[in-house]
Amino acid sequence: MTLVNLKPSDEFEFKPGQGKVLLLACGALGREIVDLIERNRWTAFDLQCLPAKWHNTPDKIVPALREKIREAKPRYQSIFVLYGDCGTGGDIDKLLAEEGIERLEGPHCYAFFSSQETFASTAEEDVTGFFLTDYLARHFDKLIWEGLGMDRHPELLPLYFGNYTKIVFLAQTRNEELAKKAMAAAKRLGLAYEYRYTGYGELERDLKARA
Amino acid sequence: MSDDGELDLNSLNDEELVQQVHDDLYDGLKEEVEAAVHILLGRGWTPYKVLTEALVEGMRIVGVDFRDGILFVPEVLLAANSMKAGMTILRPLLIATGAPRQGKMVIGTVKGDIHDIGKNLVGMMMEGAGFEVIDLGINNPVEKYLAAMEEHKPDILGMSALLTTTMPYMKVVIDTMKEKGMRDDYVVLVGGAPLNEDFAKAIGADAYCRDAAVAVETAKSYMAKKHNQLTAN
Repeated sequence: MTLVNLKPSDEFEFKPGQGKVLLLACGALGREIVDLIERNRWTAFDLQCLPAKWHNTPDKIVPALREKIREAKPRYQSIFVLYGDCGTGGDIDKLLAEEGIERLEGPHCYAFFSSQETFASTAEEDVTGFFLTDYLARHFDKLIWEGLGMDRHPELLPLYFGNYTKIVFLAQTRNEELAKKAMAAAKRLGLAYEYRYTGYGELERDLKARA
Repeated sequence: MSDDGELDLNSLNDEELVQQVHDDLYDGLKEEVEAAVHILLGRGWTPYKVLTEALVEGMRIVGVDFRDGILFVPEVLLAANSMKAGMTILRPLLIATGAPRQGKMVIGTVKGDIHDIGKNLVGMMMEGAGFEVIDLGINNPVEKYLAAMEEHKPDILGMSALLTTTMPYMKVVIDTMKEKGMRDDYVVLVGGAPLNEDFAKAIGADAYCRDAAVAVETAKSYMAKKHNQLTAN
């Protein structure tokens, strides 16, 4: 019997700047994408991320994507954009149609993590749900609490969240620390808490198709 | 505004006090705005004059700086909250004194959408501009819009959506209005962060309003057209 010694050096480590397919992604997906690349030993991909904080200011996404795409086009075999519509009202799709580039299907990461079908089927019961992903749970304080100014002005809380009834934590990984953070976020906002494990959903499927 | 918080608003003349209201609205200082509204009323200003010259003008400045990227959503919300406090004082007085009316608007966020920050801001600015506003709240199915139009006979229907997934519902409402032969009886204004002019045109709305100030100007301009048409007939 041969023993295989899996030393750390045998693990696949993603190195930026090497693949022929550029993944142009929202920073909120960077960690998940690198995890998938390393786990699947995909060598085709390079990755560039735009700031995740633009979640709160989607008007900044399209001009930055356009610049990145034009800069990257001559250097890569193809580009795949990892954004939903993300509140741009179809502007990302307009840009990508002009540039002949595809993106992940769906309106936002909540949908492609859950799967489009599942997300659509729960839309009615989730109408008063505020979604967190692993990224948003991890960065809740910075992106949501401080990003919306509630650290400085807690009186804004009912104006932002008065119509919500629950936090729905769509978990990409089984991570107790993150679940605790999501639960704490719900408590801070005065909302009920619901946990749903999604895994990487369609993110994994769509990357695999391009690997 | 006062740096040490000890500024006596009563010591300011009218012009200075109105300027102070603009500054306090800008800084989201609700109590100061309320105090100044009381002082101006106490000096014999009509509620309409306080509303337009102090509050609405102050929020107009806030709106301009928001558009120019100087102010952000939290600051605008604080300002709006301060204006709301001033409006609460003025509203019953405006009704009692019969302030001029521009027209009537039914407004609501569409089905599937519970975001009402923009809609509330538009409602308040429309009210400030002299419109009677019937606010249907959030998550409105087409039936609710139709019932409100039937009941209140507004000049304008306003629909708001924040989500890419809910904004197409505006077309459902407009198409239903067309089916019932009532589309041309109303001016339909739409707004919300992911919308744009092309979308408004595609769904058959009269106009896209990118912010509350534009909504007010657009509504006024449609009311002026309507008035001109009536007087020409």
